[in-house]
Amino acid sequence: MITVADPAVDTAGDAREEEHKVEPPVPSDEVAAAICAKFDDAIFHESHGQPVVYIDRAHWAEVATLLRDDEQFTSCMDVTAVDHLGDVERVVIDGVAPERFEIVANFLSHTRNRRIRVITEVPADDTTIASITPVYVGMSFAEREVYDLYGITFDGHPDLTRILMPDDWVGHPLRKDDAPARVPVTFKGDPGPR
Amino acid sequence: MNDFEHEHVETDADAAVTDAAVAEQVRLERQTDEGEQLLTQHSEIVVTGGPWPEVEGESQTMIINMGPQHPSTHGVLRIMMELDGETVVRAKPIVGYLHTGMEKTGEQLTYVQGCTNVTRMDYASPIANELVFSMAVEQLLDVTVPERATWIRMLLAELSRMASHLLFQASNGMDLGAVSMMLFGWREREEVLRVLEKVTGLRMNHNFVRPGGVAADLPDGWQDTCLDVCDLVERGIGEYDDLLTGNPIWLERMVGVGVITKDEALALAASGPILRSTGFAWDLRKTQPYLAYDQVDFDVIYTENGDCFDRYRIRLYEIAESIKIVRQCVDMMPSGDYRVQNKKITPPPRARIDESMEALIHHFKLFTEGFRVPAGETYAVAESPRGEVGCYMVSDGTGKPIRMHVRGPSFYNLQTMSTMIENRMVADGVAIVSSVDPIMGEVDR
Repeated sequence: MITVADPAVDTAGDAREEEHKVEPPVPSDEVAAAICAKFDDAIFHESHGQPVVYIDRAHWAEVATLLRDDEQFTSCMDVTAVDHLGDVERVVIDGVAPERFEIVANFLSHTRNRRIRVITEVPADDTTIASITPVYVGMSFAEREVYDLYGITFDGHPDLTRILMPDDWVGHPLRKDDAPARVPVTFKGDPGPR
Repeated sequence: MNDFEHEHVETDADAAVTDAAVAEQVRLERQTDEGEQLLTQHSEIVVTGGPWPEVEGESQTMIINMGPQHPSTHGVLRIMMELDGETVVRAKPIVGYLHTGMEKTGEQLTYVQGCTNVTRMDYASPIANELVFSMAVEQLLDVTVPERATWIRMLLAELSRMASHLLFQASNGMDLGAVSMMLFGWREREEVLRVLEKVTGLRMNHNFVRPGGVAADLPDGWQDTCLDVCDLVERGIGEYDDLLTGNPIWLERMVGVGVITKDEALALAASGPILRSTGFAWDLRKTQPYLAYDQVDFDVIYTENGDCFDRYRIRLYEIAESIKIVRQCVDMMPSGDYRVQNKKITPPPRARIDESMEALIHHFKLFTEGFRVPAGETYAVAESPRGEVGCYMVSDGTGKPIRMHVRGPSFYNLQTMSTMIENRMVADGVAIVSSVDPIMGEVDR
């Protein structure tokens, strides 16, 4: 299931594509199975005993709606992002085309007492994704944080503004190419009301 | 003659007085005239008794900022409130004043150093943050922690929870004007911190729970220290109960204030005492047991009303449950190692460095480069005093994580404040913010 990306082995791409056509195994997690049954592009992966589903960016909000309405996932606990720029080694799941950014959402069903993690890939040249704040209102702060620190735009978010950094900040600090200490410490005058 | 002169002088004086009086009269008249003009303009509507002019559209509201320097905002929280008279129409928490980029810092630190960073996030209960960080690293390493280390972690987590809830009792009392409560809460909290200091070496920011176990074994006589502080805190919470729970002023400020329903709390991803105050008995220690919580006996405290008073009661009685767990830890503490015996993860004992070259190399490598963690991603969770604290960690096979995200429960709990404060008075806002118990270090990270 897991292969480690190694550019040297990419010449064997054709052979690997043949392997991909093999029917994926049925997910051991029932919720993941439900998602995979509804969305063709969903790929199940078990990470350290935790069910993870990789989904195409286009179905991001639909998966959240499915989890809330049909699968009794009462809360989305967390939305965050990962910047994979300059990874030494990256776990690549079969069938998932790795991109620079990953958006990660951790869902929790209080009634069924189970969790699931949904991950989607976001390319560096088009950092937009549908917002799940209309589905899970509590993710408003989380998506604002991802927007602020990674520069990923959430379509449909009611109030997509910076949350942790100042409103006039340039750049997105948690991106790997936004180096720490890029901005020297200065003691400038107060810029006045914005 | 003398009389005449006297009279003359008197007349002079009279004239002088008259001049002054005239001048004063003129000044007063002029002033009154001006004043009259102003008054006429200003009070036209009142004088004529006509109706107040209608304001187009909605009634006029006023935006007012509470904080970030307000003493009841627990640090640097700013609340933007739209007021209609003294009623809050809308409120929006504005955060970020304590943002120091700890998640970015976490990407520059090795897994060995990482605990010093995360322990400073939720500074009121640092053990919970160290715990999730260590659990995430252990999941990536696929390492099982020895039993004694697990129980030491649980003991410290509960002591930390006691300290955090005592801090809440103190600050909550202070916010609502019960200043003696502040002193009482601080008094007991200091004793708990003294125990933590004896075990870990520091009152706060312990850096004691580390990947692979804990930093050191428990000191001699820790049983008596823990049991003594349990007795002391138990007496303390009895006093708080007597002082506050039936107090009419306290009830007036708390009961029915800041109500939130179960559905709202779940949709807003609230956890911890806020969720439990709505009648939902959800505690990760019971529902998804980690450490050895399935082997100890304790109750999940929950109430039905979802108001400030319930959140106060839940936190008060949770201290009693933590005391129960600490006492069981003292009874049931297993013997054995306090950290995993894996030379690649745990540094060698100090004495070994003097006699073994291997040990010296391992020590040097661990504290300069740290250890390598296999590539992968994981999400570890624990129940902190404020709710679900989680750590999402992604490794790329090197000595530093490429992503170390901490889900601070306060960050999400703070959003419930907007719901609670709607259509309440400004003065209730203080009680509501206090009952959310936000720790801004964890909100802004």
